[in-house]
This record gives sequence, structure tokens and C-alpha cells, in this order.
Amino acid sequence: MNRIEEKFRQLKRNGKKAFIPYITCGFPDLRTTEKLIPAMEKAGADIIELGVPFSDPIADGPVIQFSSQEALKKKVNLRKILKMVSGLRRRRTQVPVVLMGYYNSICAYGEKKFLRDAAKAGIDGLIIADLPADEGKAFSRQAAERGIDVIFLAAPTSGAQRLKKIARLSRGYVYYVSLTGVTGARKELPPGLREKIRSVCRLTSTPVCVGFGISKPGHIRSLEDAGDGIIVGSAIINIMKKNAGRRRRDLVRKTAEFVGKLAGALTGACGER
Amino acid sequence: MMPDKKGYYGIFGGMFVPETLVPALKELEKVYNKEKRSRRFRDELGFYLKYYAGRPTPLYFADRLSARLKGIEVYLKREDLLHTGAHKINNALGQILLAKRMGKKRVIAETGAGQHGVAVATVAAKFGFECCVYMGTEDMERQAPNVLRMKLLGTKVIPVNSGSRTLKDAINEALRDWVSNVGTTYYLFGSVAGPHPYPLIVRDFQSVIGKETRKQILDIKGRLPDYIFACVGGGSNSIGIFHAFLKDRRVKLIGVEAAGLGLGSGKHAATLCKGSPGVLHGAKSYVLQDKDGQILATHSVAAGLDYPGVGPEHSFLKETGRAQYASVTDKEALEAFNLLSRLEGIIPAFESSHALAYLVKISKKLKKGTVAVVNLSGRGDKDLGNLVES
Repeated sequence: MNRIEEKFRQLKRNGKKAFIPYITCGFPDLRTTEKLIPAMEKAGADIIELGVPFSDPIADGPVIQFSSQEALKKKVNLRKILKMVSGLRRRRTQVPVVLMGYYNSICAYGEKKFLRDAAKAGIDGLIIADLPADEGKAFSRQAAERGIDVIFLAAPTSGAQRLKKIARLSRGYVYYVSLTGVTGARKELPPGLREKIRSVCRLTSTPVCVGFGISKPGHIRSLEDAGDGIIVGSAIINIMKKNAGRRRRDLVRKTAEFVGKLAGALTGACGER
Repeated sequence: MMPDKKGYYGIFGGMFVPETLVPALKELEKVYNKEKRSRRFRDELGFYLKYYAGRPTPLYFADRLSARLKGIEVYLKREDLLHTGAHKINNALGQILLAKRMGKKRVIAETGAGQHGVAVATVAAKFGFECCVYMGTEDMERQAPNVLRMKLLGTKVIPVNSGSRTLKDAINEALRDWVSNVGTTYYLFGSVAGPHPYPLIVRDFQSVIGKETRKQILDIKGRLPDYIFACVGGGSNSIGIFHAFLKDRRVKLIGVEAAGLGLGSGKHAATLCKGSPGVLHGAKSYVLQDKDGQILATHSVAAGLDYPGVGPEHSFLKETGRAQYASVTDKEALEAFNLLSRLEGIIPAFESSHALAYLVKISKKLKKGTVAVVNLSGRGDKDLGNLVES
């Protein structure tokens, strides 16, 4: 059993849902990411998604485009990210870590070599924005052999049959994309989202987590009775951008505070169908 | 038959896009497969190609250029004579008819040189669609006449300021628009790159170039040509002229990429010559990338070739050896541009000048009596403003 599965079991036992923050690795620098991971865990993060910066992030809105560009200026790459996570694991950070990025980064590293090194570093899952379930089947199987979950995305445009397929193939959790669009904080969530999440939940016993657009405690509360977890990315990066001029310690504190506020808004239990 | 059911040409191709777009691409594939068999669709497209775009285009014997190249017979496939000034209209007409059948109201497109943008703006005006074209700000500057044309045609040109501010970034933004508006919007992709089924659809709509050329050269010479030269950015005009000749193994197919300031300078766009397999804009194909898989900035004097990716079928043709890929520098391309203007009274686009330049470059090594076809994919009016600078 890997850390993601273990985490969802534990949450279910305690009658809680997962709070999953996303931050771009290496924004504003890798050292900050390294500090933020345990700080966010302490603030209530159940799983952490780490963005792998890519030059052409077609599924991302302006905020994550910006953080990715900044990270690339710092020459952040998969090798350095794995090394950083591996260091955290040695220091006993046990929070499940999921890398989120684009397929070409993994292709360039070499798929097999990457899976071997990622497993060794203590990576638990992968979300690859441009690797839909149809194209990712074989890769997901290889990853599973290394104990790594490939998490597929499901979208509002996916029809009933595709949703079934995605739910069947996705491991760890299903990433339900809340809206038809790119990543980025929105003022309001699309109408009917709760019902949609619940209909995906009914297809599978795999946890369903929802992301894209979610930016404030009110959003999180409105999804109280839908799904097994909430993912927030751009809203957190916005807080980091706002505090980028401060000392690292303060940036980490401010960001963790925001994560704590979001995690605190989470009510309702995981695994309710 | 290429591609296979999943959109692969050997190991290249596929559909590497966010899930949000997968259902739309599958729907497009379904509609296209149905329409391409429909007589009504083919007749309608045939009508517009003939009476609106001006097909067939001549295959013209360039006698003074041939004399200069001593014993080589050069034929120019005159795609530059088409309405809007380049081969791009062939595909734009085909796809706008698909968009109409799919009941879409809005079309979007990316453009580099602006030729595809102008073609899309034109068919959008003609068929009553709302139209947005994404264009890098670098390209908007160097292809200003085309920006003006698009605006006159009622299209909204959206400047793209990210990355290298060229075609690659315009495609990123167009894809983001499509992810956000996929229900109402048709993405009219302009090259044989991108996710399946675009490489197939664009190839099929452009293959009219090769079909005509094959018939014309047989009429004129009674035999097939020895060589076909075409420039390769994303690769639509080259696939278009190559395709009818793929089975004619003795016809050598030469794709010419942009070597910019030189292949060793790091400032070029020679994806097949200098790149490696990767995944960009929805397809597995050759890509210009660094060791971490980050896509590299490119350079070419020809905005339409200034792209770090290439269509997956070209990668396949390279791997199998059926086509060969070479490159010429900005300087060589500009020399060919001048040569054709002075000798034949035809001002070619900077893009097409690359194909011609490579023929000029290797002409001394070719046997006397060699029959060479150059795809003159577009005209050079759009480039005149840049001549002084380059």
C-alpha cells in the first residue's frame, strides 16, 4: 500500500476529506518549496501536489504559467526535484507527494529511468496534464509496478463512457476538473458542480478529488457533501506571489497560514457515496 | 494505412492533450471520417477550391531559372497564385466546411507568418463565423500586412506575449482558448502538427497540391519528376505535395527546414535535422528541446518556419527514409528570394524561398536533365517590409 492509499484509509476512518495544495516546484526557489512541504503538512495538507515547471504549459492559466517561468529561470528540473523530495523523505516527511506536470519532461528524462528514480526518491503519484487515460495506459501500468499511482484527469466534457474508463484506469485518486478551462483561481465555481462530482463518485470506489478554480474557504464549504478531496493551486501561488518580496521564513509562514485556513474549511467525510 | 486508428504514424503522432479536449477531438475525427466519404461534402469543397480559391494552380516551367541552373528543369507549383496568397486556403476551406457541419459559431486559429491566419479570417468572413486568431507579437511586427488583412476581414487578432512570442506560443494560447470554449468553438489548426486527427485532416486537405502536380507533370513531361522540394515548418505544404508521390519510390522527396543563422548557432528552426523525439502540442514527433525536455526558442527569417515542432508524419517519413530533410540559412533563402524575383518575375514568400534555395544549393551535383518540382507555397508580398532589415 502506498502513502496515498494509506492516507485515504486514514481519512475515511476519521470521517474527513483530503485537502491537497498544489505549489510549483522551484517558485520562487527550490529551497522555499522544500520548506513549504513540511509547513503545509503541519497546516493541514493531506497530500501535496508539486508542479514540475514546463516551458509550454497548455493546461495552465496565467498564474501557474508565471510561477513555472520563474522556476525555469532558476533551472529547476526533475532531477533536482527528486533530489529535494528524497532529502525530505530522509528527514521523515511522510506526507504523500504527487508530481504534476507535462509528459515531455518525463519523456526527456526517460520513462523507465524516471519511474525508478521517482520511486526511490519517495514520489507517490503523478498527474500528467497532457497524458489522457487513452495514451497513458501502458505508462500507468509501468508506474504501478514501482508503487507509483498515475492519476488521470476527468473533465466536464468527458461523457459517461469516458468517465467510467478514466475512473477505472486512474490510481490513487481521480482528479475531477471542475470547469471547462485552464487552471486559475475563479470567483465562482460552475453551477451543478456538486452533482457532477457525485455522479463521478458513484462510478468508482477510487477517491475523487476536485480541482481547478477553487480559491476560497466558501468554495470548499459549498462542496462539503461532494467528493473525497479538494485541490487548490493558483490561489496559493497568488499568496506566494504577493509575499515574494519577504524573507523566506515569512513567505513560508504566510503561505502555510493560508493553507491552514483552506484546510480548516473542509468538512464532510471522505468515501461517502 | 497511415495513420492507424489511434492517430499514429509508426511511433509518432497520438493525442497528447488535456482530457477536456479529448472528447472534442474524437467528435471531430468522427465527423471528418463521415464527411470525407460524403459526395456532397466533396462537391462543395471542390466548388470552393475551384471558383473561390482558384484551383488548379499551374505547374510552371521556370525556363530562365532552369537555364541559370544549367541543365536542370525546374517546375514551380504555383500555390502562391491562390486566393489569400498561399496554400493555407486549401485547408481553411476544408475545415470551415467541417465547422459548419458541426454547428459551431466561432473559429479560432494560430498563425505564424499570418498566411494561415489570413486564410482562416477569409473563410470565417465568407461563411459567417466569429473569428479569433492568436499571433505572437514578434510575428505581428514582422508580418504586419497580414495583421491588417485579418482585421479588415473582421477577425480579432489576439497578440501573444509569452515565451518567444512566435508560432509556438500562439498555439499554446489557442489551445488554452479551446480548452475554455470547446463547446462553442472550432479550432481551425493550420498545420500537419498537433493532436490527432489534425495531422490527418490537414494532410488530406493539402494533398490536392500533390495530386495536381502528379497529373500536370505527367501531362507535360510524360514522366514523374526526379525531385520534389518543399519547405517544412509544421509541414503542411510539404506533406501536401509529397503525399501523392509516396508510393513512387523513385521520386526523391526533400523537405527543407530553416537553418536560421546556421545549424551551429543555436538560432535556427531545423527540427528534423537537429531535434529529437518528444511531445509538443498534442503529438509525439521531433522537437527542438534541451536535455530537460524544455522547448527551445527558435529563429528563422521566415515566420512560417519559426517553430520548434513538426508534424508527426514527417518524423515518420524521416525515420523510414522515404523523405529526406535538409536545411538552408536565412541568407541562402534570401538569395533564392532575389534570384526568383529577378529571373522569373515571381516574388516568393520567405518560407518557400527555403525550398528553392536548397535546390539552387545542390544543383551543381544534380545530373543534366534532372526534373525538379519546387512547391512555391506562398507569395512574398507579406515579406517586403522585412527586406531592408534582413
